[in-house]
Amino acid sequence: MEEKQTVGKIILSVVIGIISILWIYPVFMILINALKVERAISTTSIFKLPTKETFNGIQNFVTALTSQGFAQAFGYSLIITLSSLVLILLCCSMCAWYITRVNSILSKVVYYLFVFSMVVPFQMLMFTLSSTADRLDLDNPYKICIIYLGFGAGLAVFMFTGFMKTIPVELEEAAMIDGCNPIRTFFNIDLPVLKPTLISVAILEAMWLWNDYLLPYLVLDRKKYTTIPILIQYFKGSYGSVQMGPMMACILMTILPVIILYLAAQKYIIEGVVAGAVKG
Amino acid sequence: MPPFNNKNAHITLMAICNESIDLRRKEMEKAVKKYWPIFVLPTVAAFAIGFIYPFIQGVYLSFCKFSTIKKAKFVGLANYQYALTDESFYHSFGYTLAFAVVSVVLINVIAFMLALALTSKIKGKDIYRTVFFMPNLIGGIVLGYIWKTLLDCFLSLIGQPLLALNETWGFVGLVILMCWQQIGYMMIIYIAGLQAIDTAYLEAAMIDGATKLQTLFRVKIPNVMSSITICLFLTLTNGFKLFDQNLALTGGEPAHKSEMLALNIYDTFYARSGKQWKGYGQAKAVIFCILVIVISLIQLRATKSKEVQA
Repeated sequence: MEEKQTVGKIILSVVIGIISILWIYPVFMILINALKVERAISTTSIFKLPTKETFNGIQNFVTALTSQGFAQAFGYSLIITLSSLVLILLCCSMCAWYITRVNSILSKVVYYLFVFSMVVPFQMLMFTLSSTADRLDLDNPYKICIIYLGFGAGLAVFMFTGFMKTIPVELEEAAMIDGCNPIRTFFNIDLPVLKPTLISVAILEAMWLWNDYLLPYLVLDRKKYTTIPILIQYFKGSYGSVQMGPMMACILMTILPVIILYLAAQKYIIEGVVAGAVKG
Repeated sequence: MPPFNNKNAHITLMAICNESIDLRRKEMEKAVKKYWPIFVLPTVAAFAIGFIYPFIQGVYLSFCKFSTIKKAKFVGLANYQYALTDESFYHSFGYTLAFAVVSVVLINVIAFMLALALTSKIKGKDIYRTVFFMPNLIGGIVLGYIWKTLLDCFLSLIGQPLLALNETWGFVGLVILMCWQQIGYMMIIYIAGLQAIDTAYLEAAMIDGATKLQTLFRVKIPNVMSSITICLFLTLTNGFKLFDQNLALTGGEPAHKSEMLALNIYDTFYARSGKQWKGYGQAKAVIFCILVIVISLIQLRATKSKEVQA
């Protein structure tokens, strides 16, 4: 019996090990090709490891970074992600607090509208949203965060309200009796308790913002601004004219920040996934 | 202050306390209410710009012929009439449905099996969990690009036509991509569900001499039914709403054969010239939206009825 169990365990470990190697292979492929010289990246040689002759060091990364398009797109992606993230976290947590603490029909209506917005597919509003953004002069990376706050509010408010309900009101009462106004109460009492949820929501939203393609593609003024997903989609069709090595380096540099963020905050991401799922 | 000698004093006291707490709560609510311009106005204003107004306008425009919003002309149900007779729309619906069914089954079965494996006593669970979840961090466009490169190279090695000309592999590729991206995410939800099972059940099953399969089907699966419902609907709506991956991997090639609903709507809007197309696209979008809402409502009912049972 004992022996049978150990054999089973070994087989299971081997199978899982093989699957996980297959799982990581696509990213590994990007890595090895980002390190190769251009002529060693073709349909037949793409699966091969770099050799002494084909090893290119960090040259591809340098090329990618110094070419105007990538650095600029990276910058715009970063500006959009960070500004939208700060705005979403701040405004939505405050809004969620108000919704849970004030029991009126209006706050219920607003809450259900937020939940409804999570369901609606983007195609439903893509045309009207981009023309609205155009008219209000929100079609640049510095103001698009307002659009993101509006469109991304659903998930954030939903997750925050789910957690706010579990915070005991007594804490806030005590603060208010001591003379705190609601703003101070919120920032001094609730926000510290909310920290784990804030991080979970932040990471989920950051992943969405960083990777979002269609919204910025349609909303931003295309001649002036590109983000990384837009850039990659733009280059995708043109095999011959785009150098594959620097392209692979681009991709690697695009996914690296998110992977680092994930490794640093794994616990919160998993909590966020589970919490979002249970309430969703 | 005289001491309390009344026997029922504590009850009276409690009643007074409760009343004052209620009063205080109401007062607090009032105080909070006054601050609405700071707490809710920014979010609600942005929400009006970013969701409510475009949504209502979108519904209205689905009854109009327009190329820009200013020049919209009311045409009644004509757009819907076209959308419901458009063959490409039906084809993309069938394609989406087939894709959704295949990917939902594959993703959930594999994710559940991995979750079972990772909740048993094997070494290096955390590393595996990280590895399996990782593709979820990569955006749809980049995912599509990676797999397009990989699959095209693979197809040319085995002497098959590339993705752009290959309908079967376009479908297979989309399914592989979707599995790669979502299995880790669903696995996390299943792991949480499996870990929440009361160990007393498992011990009882073991003492009663249940085999592993019996334990799986009689104890584990019934106890994670809520996780299963959640994952089924998450994968189903993700499958239906899929756009980025579709665009980046096949772009609808060959000849719109691998086009899913979202991409079909997008193409109707932006890939054709002529005044009538935007109206058609908007009508299709409304139909698509209703479809997704119906799926979500069914989900809501399914989860609710589960809760009552539990």
